[in-house]
Amino acid sequence: MAIRMRTPSLFRPAKAIDQSVLHDNRELVQAIDRRNVLRGAVSLGALSLLTGCDVTEADSVQKAMRTVSAWNDRVQAMIFRPHHLAPTYSASQVVKPPRFNAHFDIEDVKPIDGATWKLELAGRIENKTPWTAQQIYQLPEQEIIIRHICVEGWDYIGQWSGPNLRDFLQRVGADLTAKYVYFICNDDYTESIDMATALHPQTILATKYAGEVLADPFGYPLRLRTSTKLGYKNAKWIKAIEVTNDFRETFWSAQGFNWFAGI
Amino acid sequence: MSAVKSTKRKLATDQRRLHPAPVRMMHWINALAIFIMIGSGWKIYNDDVLLGWLHFPDAVVIGKWAQHGLQWHFFGMWIFVLNGLAYLTYGIVTGRFRRKLFPVSLREILATVNDALHFRLAHDDLTHYNAVQKILYLGVMAVGVLIVISGLALWKPVQFSELAALFGSFQTIRVVHFLCMTAIVSFLLVHISLALLVPRSLVAMITGGPALDNGAAPAVEPTR
Repeated sequence: MAIRMRTPSLFRPAKAIDQSVLHDNRELVQAIDRRNVLRGAVSLGALSLLTGCDVTEADSVQKAMRTVSAWNDRVQAMIFRPHHLAPTYSASQVVKPPRFNAHFDIEDVKPIDGATWKLELAGRIENKTPWTAQQIYQLPEQEIIIRHICVEGWDYIGQWSGPNLRDFLQRVGADLTAKYVYFICNDDYTESIDMATALHPQTILATKYAGEVLADPFGYPLRLRTSTKLGYKNAKWIKAIEVTNDFRETFWSAQGFNWFAGI
Repeated sequence: MSAVKSTKRKLATDQRRLHPAPVRMMHWINALAIFIMIGSGWKIYNDDVLLGWLHFPDAVVIGKWAQHGLQWHFFGMWIFVLNGLAYLTYGIVTGRFRRKLFPVSLREILATVNDALHFRLAHDDLTHYNAVQKILYLGVMAVGVLIVISGLALWKPVQFSELAALFGSFQTIRVVHFLCMTAIVSFLLVHISLALLVPRSLVAMITGGPALDNGAAPAVEPTR
């Protein structure tokens, strides 16, 4: 649920309504039964009153809540232990396949063509040459068997492997003193993590699950997997990595979920 | 009973209220924090229920969507924890806990339960807690501490992995956190019902209640 912008009136949209649809569908519009419209208007009016109240509340309350959430980001960064390892598990505890989670259903996953896919690099990185999947597969691999914890409350143990993110950032000459590593994914999904987490020994760019190349729903060809963040921070279907000092809201933080989301 | 004076009278220098101002303030701040924590906790719970048959209706949860429940929970936790620490410190340092909640004897507990079952429980003296009240207040404080500890383990199972390990699995921490909530809600049902049944006790938590002579311990002999 996106937070609405403040407008002169609670009931007036910020942008004028595009009227072309009325002209394009003139016949259809004229055929609308007036009585039905009137009947609908009664409940619509009630609804807009209700949502009107909601918006007011969301605006002021949300502002306060976002301030608290930003404070909680700082507290979490403070208690973060950069060299403390998350518990790891044995291969026999691994759940196969991993549990699917995204902001859409598994049927709506849009597979990426690994043959043409390239990982773009941006921001405070010296060598921005894009990487093909084959080139990434040739990098040294690290395997971690860690617990995935979703903000909703469920969890499972997964076995992930791929290049260590710290090694990768060093290899491409990234500025490791920058504040954030930003991931731009398929469908304009974005996620970002603090540099301390990016440099944590259990943060990898995963290309495999349980020894097999990632399946489409779980982020093929490249996804983030870190042991110190909630599930939603582990961006899937990564298209580009940017190292930056600028904080930008991400897909979930823009909707009010905590940005740091450390565990 | 001789120590109990009229609530209207001004306090003499050697007197104090049954519930001094800091206690009343912390009590109501805690009430608000608990309200926020339970309502938003139920919202968070609904996203991945522990018990298949238990879903908290939208009317009783705080937060329209999941993120709002989370926002309220991680806001309320600061109030609950800071206020709770202040309350525990105050209770220990001033001797209020020692005075009002100790000693608790098993014999006294059994006698009180027996009285309660025979509807003979005396409650004309607000200044004295019976054994069951003592146990309930001590118990709910212990649960309050445990819900914070389990909450910390849930929030930071990796940063505080040593703490989380004490509970076993991640889902065990959730169950403990949930059971603590259940215990607090059960306590509240009794606590609020009894406060409404004996409105003087509710008023006392607002006005401070009767004035007591400093140093003079309230009557401790059973009041039946």
